[in-house]
Amino acid sequence: MSEYIEHDKAGVSVGLVEKKSYTFAEPPDEMILECGKKLGPITIAYETFGQLDKDRGNTVLICHALSGDSHVAGFYSPKDPKPGWWDIMVGPGKGIDTNKYFIVCSNILGSCMGSTGPRTYNPKTMEPYGHDFPVVSIGDMVRAQKALLDHLGIKKVLSVIGGSIGGMQVLEWSVRYPEMVVSAVPLATTTRHSALAIAFNEVARQAIMADPNWKNGNYYSGPRPDLGLSVARMIGHITYLSDESMRLKFGRRLQEKANLSHNFDADFQVENYLRYQGAKFVDRFDANSFLYITKAADYFDLEKQHGSGSAVKAFSKTGARFLVVSFTSDWLYPTYHSKSMVKAMKKNGLDVSFCEIEAQWGHDAFLLPNVRLTALIKNFLESTHTESRKQ
Amino acid sequence: MRFDLQIIASWIEKGSKVLDLGCGEGDLLYFLKHNKDVKCTGVERKESRVARCIEKGLSVLQGDINTEVLDYPDNTFDYAVLSQTLQQVYEPSELIRSLLRIGKKGIVSFPNFSYWRVRLQLLMTGYAPITRQLPYEWYNTPNIRVITLKDFRKFSKQVDFKIVKEIAINSHSHDRSGKIIKFLPDLYATYGIFLIGKDK
Repeated sequence: MSEYIEHDKAGVSVGLVEKKSYTFAEPPDEMILECGKKLGPITIAYETFGQLDKDRGNTVLICHALSGDSHVAGFYSPKDPKPGWWDIMVGPGKGIDTNKYFIVCSNILGSCMGSTGPRTYNPKTMEPYGHDFPVVSIGDMVRAQKALLDHLGIKKVLSVIGGSIGGMQVLEWSVRYPEMVVSAVPLATTTRHSALAIAFNEVARQAIMADPNWKNGNYYSGPRPDLGLSVARMIGHITYLSDESMRLKFGRRLQEKANLSHNFDADFQVENYLRYQGAKFVDRFDANSFLYITKAADYFDLEKQHGSGSAVKAFSKTGARFLVVSFTSDWLYPTYHSKSMVKAMKKNGLDVSFCEIEAQWGHDAFLLPNVRLTALIKNFLESTHTESRKQ
Repeated sequence: MRFDLQIIASWIEKGSKVLDLGCGEGDLLYFLKHNKDVKCTGVERKESRVARCIEKGLSVLQGDINTEVLDYPDNTFDYAVLSQTLQQVYEPSELIRSLLRIGKKGIVSFPNFSYWRVRLQLLMTGYAPITRQLPYEWYNTPNIRVITLKDFRKFSKQVDFKIVKEIAINSHSHDRSGKIIKFLPDLYATYGIFLIGKDK
């Protein structure tokens, strides 16, 4: 979930891309959200890569996680220092090959990267929504993505792929729109948050809400709750790493000094790293969006919503082919989360593959270069594409 | 493909649903998928092998065969295959029962411990036998059980399943070729392959 941390400009890229947007649910036809409130108009920012086949059977939908956006690969301008957040996976000849597939990635509802969210102006008040923004759900995000695909004229998706909160959207897609989803690749994700995951999110939210600048979410005309948001991000980063990766990356090494300072500066490299990540994050992310998206993730419960409490019943709604991937050192969504969804898929006789990739980088592993993950996704997509063309 | 897998493949009808427990890199499943239009699933413990299988376009689950079989509803598969793995299983009768619960039929193959070279080695040298089929020392072998063709027949009566068909072969584990042994198979076969069914 720490998109945009590890990238280089080297290597093949899909090249220049453009962020587009689609607006729908104009009043009086607002979208009725799962919480019961109405929202409209809704704008969804999106990017597309590659070409749509004549038979329109090569669409791959990528769902991003907490802090991601529609910019999954490529550059907006030749001067861009960094490519999109999953440029290592998406591009010509890469795991998700832009020469073969038509790739769509949109910014989730409630975010702040071009789609409607708490920072957007409320047309009724002509002020940013702030805390008046309704609590959106993973289901609402997926419904907004569906509206976008309808607009693009896409009736079938070869594969929906995403990790973490993106993986939740993948699972939601598979049971909500089974007629559209040929295959699904949920990575490092869960059908519902554990108490541990909710606990970390809550501490992060409390950090934001405790910032005096937060002002009940209506801070857009004044100073932002940067301190709170950066602490929230620091907490997030701890959960994306692992004991092992932190030991390897930082150990107890000191930051540019030989001795302890005996004050409260950042002595250890790990402190410095977290401070840096926190400070960097506030420049590109909105604190309210962080609150809304983490809440949506905590509320997500595939079993409850689609199976009256049963995962087996929930997955009985889909016929998609699945590739489920977990990572050994992911302690935010440990392998048992993936195993339990695989179990429910098996009980429904679904075509499912599961692989637990040995990786020391914790939850973040799905975003880092990984030859195995790339090969798995690439070949899974290829065989699914071949099969789907036969039918 | 290994000779025993060729025989197993020849027993499986076109369009069947097959589960391969301990599928390795998916040689059998790949063959069945592309030559017999079989809908196949594999279970394999080792990550690198699972990855190879998925890369071949196969549907494979990483996990322990003893627990993975528990999740499937009855008669999910036409055939559940356990090739050259029985000798490594901790609770063989439980696994065979699961095999015949989730599969309409089961196919089991294993190295024959009553092969004459095995017998002779033990008799003549007094050491635990090491053969091309069982190439390990006693202290590093993954094979925790020794099974003979006769043992398996006796086992079928004790666990209450039916042996529908059996073929004894002579090949070694990496051989693509081999021969079917009809004369004194208990003595001359390196492997036994059994097609098993539920009712007696």
